[in-house]
Amino acid sequence: MGTYVLRRLLQSIPVVLFSTFIVFLVIHLIPGDAAAVLAGPNATPEALAAIRKEMGLDQPLLVQYVLWVGHLLQGDLGKSTLSGQPISKLLQARAPATLELAVTAMLIAMLLALPLGVLSATHVRGRLEWIISMIQSLWLAIPSFWAGILAIILFALVLRWLPPGGRVADGNNIGDSIKSLILPATTLALYIAATLSRFLKFNLLEVFFDDFVRTARAKGLNEQAVVYKHAMRNAMLPVITILGVQFASLLGGAIIIESVFSWPGVGGMMIDGISNRDYAVVQGGLLLLVMLFIVMNLLVDLTYAFIDPRIRLGDA
Amino acid sequence: MAVESASGVVSTPRAVAVAPHFRKSPHPLQAALVRTWRNPLGMFGILILGFLAFMAVGAPLISPYDPIVQHQGKELLGPNSEFWLGTDELGRDLLSRVIYGARPSLVVALMVVMIGGGLGIAAGLLAGYLGGWVNAVLMRFFDAMFAFPAVLLGFVVIAALGPGTTQVAYAIALAVVPSVGRLSRSLVLKERHRDYVLAARCTGAGSGRVMFLHVLPNAVSPMIVNLALIMGFSVLLEASLAFLGLGTQPPTPSWGAMLNSSRAYLRNDPWMAICPGVVLALLLLGLNYLADALRDAFDPRRVNAGL
Repeated sequence: MGTYVLRRLLQSIPVVLFSTFIVFLVIHLIPGDAAAVLAGPNATPEALAAIRKEMGLDQPLLVQYVLWVGHLLQGDLGKSTLSGQPISKLLQARAPATLELAVTAMLIAMLLALPLGVLSATHVRGRLEWIISMIQSLWLAIPSFWAGILAIILFALVLRWLPPGGRVADGNNIGDSIKSLILPATTLALYIAATLSRFLKFNLLEVFFDDFVRTARAKGLNEQAVVYKHAMRNAMLPVITILGVQFASLLGGAIIIESVFSWPGVGGMMIDGISNRDYAVVQGGLLLLVMLFIVMNLLVDLTYAFIDPRIRLGDA
Repeated sequence: MAVESASGVVSTPRAVAVAPHFRKSPHPLQAALVRTWRNPLGMFGILILGFLAFMAVGAPLISPYDPIVQHQGKELLGPNSEFWLGTDELGRDLLSRVIYGARPSLVVALMVVMIGGGLGIAAGLLAGYLGGWVNAVLMRFFDAMFAFPAVLLGFVVIAALGPGTTQVAYAIALAVVPSVGRLSRSLVLKERHRDYVLAARCTGAGSGRVMFLHVLPNAVSPMIVNLALIMGFSVLLEASLAFLGLGTQPPTPSWGAMLNSSRAYLRNDPWMAICPGVVLALLLLGLNYLADALRDAFDPRRVNAGL
């Protein structure tokens, strides 16, 4: 296990380097560099050159990248061009909201996907499976932001059960906090749940034809034990891998859902950054989300290896 | 129809043994397309796609008003005889805007399939057929790209190029290259050791010829299914980015942007949020069903086995 962990950690280094380089490039791809934005339209060439020098923009790209990574490692993500606030502070204010939304959605999705996947696999070609898969494919065709809007119309404006948007992050008012979380988290979760349960179903069906399941049935185990003790364990392995991939679409989806429900997370910050041409902010948000995703994938791979010895021993 | 009956013959194993002796079977691709059309889900998908494509192309002919003309004093009307779907906050006809809104969706989907699909297939062919360092470099590149959720990749490209329909198409095309590339690489790996590839090489065909004229046609059916899925993905992502204000810019209508501007009027004018959403969902549903039907059509054994 130790060698596997080490090998997997080493493998993720190039991915981290490449993706941070892409994030780093955001500032440099934009037409008119950050110095010009900071100096304003009436700056003299000398003043511009001074600012460029001060920001290190006159150095070669790779040198700038290394310097930037050096700053990152010290927790310095730069400053917002617009407000002058440090990016790390902005992220500290915004990240908890996004994380709360993403993690809650993931939990709801797993709670829904497991029973749905098992039910449609055990009732394959039956009426129940047909109904579940009909709802799933209808659901997957509804864009999340439209589903969110419809949910707001129904649950907030017509029925008045839940607030239409915003986040209550008040420690004294847990009831309202949970209420404000329900609509965004569930909207986000249902997509992941639809994909996950489909995936679980196909995996279960594949496993159902394996020899060990036939053996389990042949030795007279009841159906419950066959499904849950034998088939599930083996069908879950690919599902755990897909969780890592799903986490990416969850983060992407969270950005959109945040915008639907006026949820004050990292997504809104980045969209504001793009429209204000405040690219340091966009960069900070990107960096956070991409790092989250890489760490999540690393964890998934390690869990996978921990559960299935074939992975860590296979191609060592 | 002759074609239909021919394909019907081919799809049943019992008749296959007989058929080749007296009837030339249709091209497999043609047979698969006929099977797709005969599948109710596939037919639904093709009809929806055709209808919306007709709407997009014929928009100037069928829409009752100019989609960006503001009818003053007629803002936020509900459906009525003058404006069938009502008007938006600036007094623009919603029906015309919904009809014109099909354009960015379909244009982006087509561009993504051509640019992203083309680049991905080419990259996958190169990686799978040539192997070695080409394979290593491309696969590491794909791995790294996977670290970016597609929406974020969209943010990066749009931050660099500015918001707009074409920029969104480039962003999504870039986002699909790794998955198309991986798929086509895996298909090529399966094909490259087949006898026909060896035979082609024996006759002196070069790598390029073998890759594009021999391997590619044999790997085409999973790619077509994949491209249908990618169209759905592009439509969804285009609408999402437009919803976030990063796609097609006002006053040009797009479904995503229309849904975004409806958010301020949900309490009193919910219909503004209904129509663009319904057509968008129909298009996505149609594309999903089409992809499912194509997958079944290309692999009849799958249907017969019940999987």
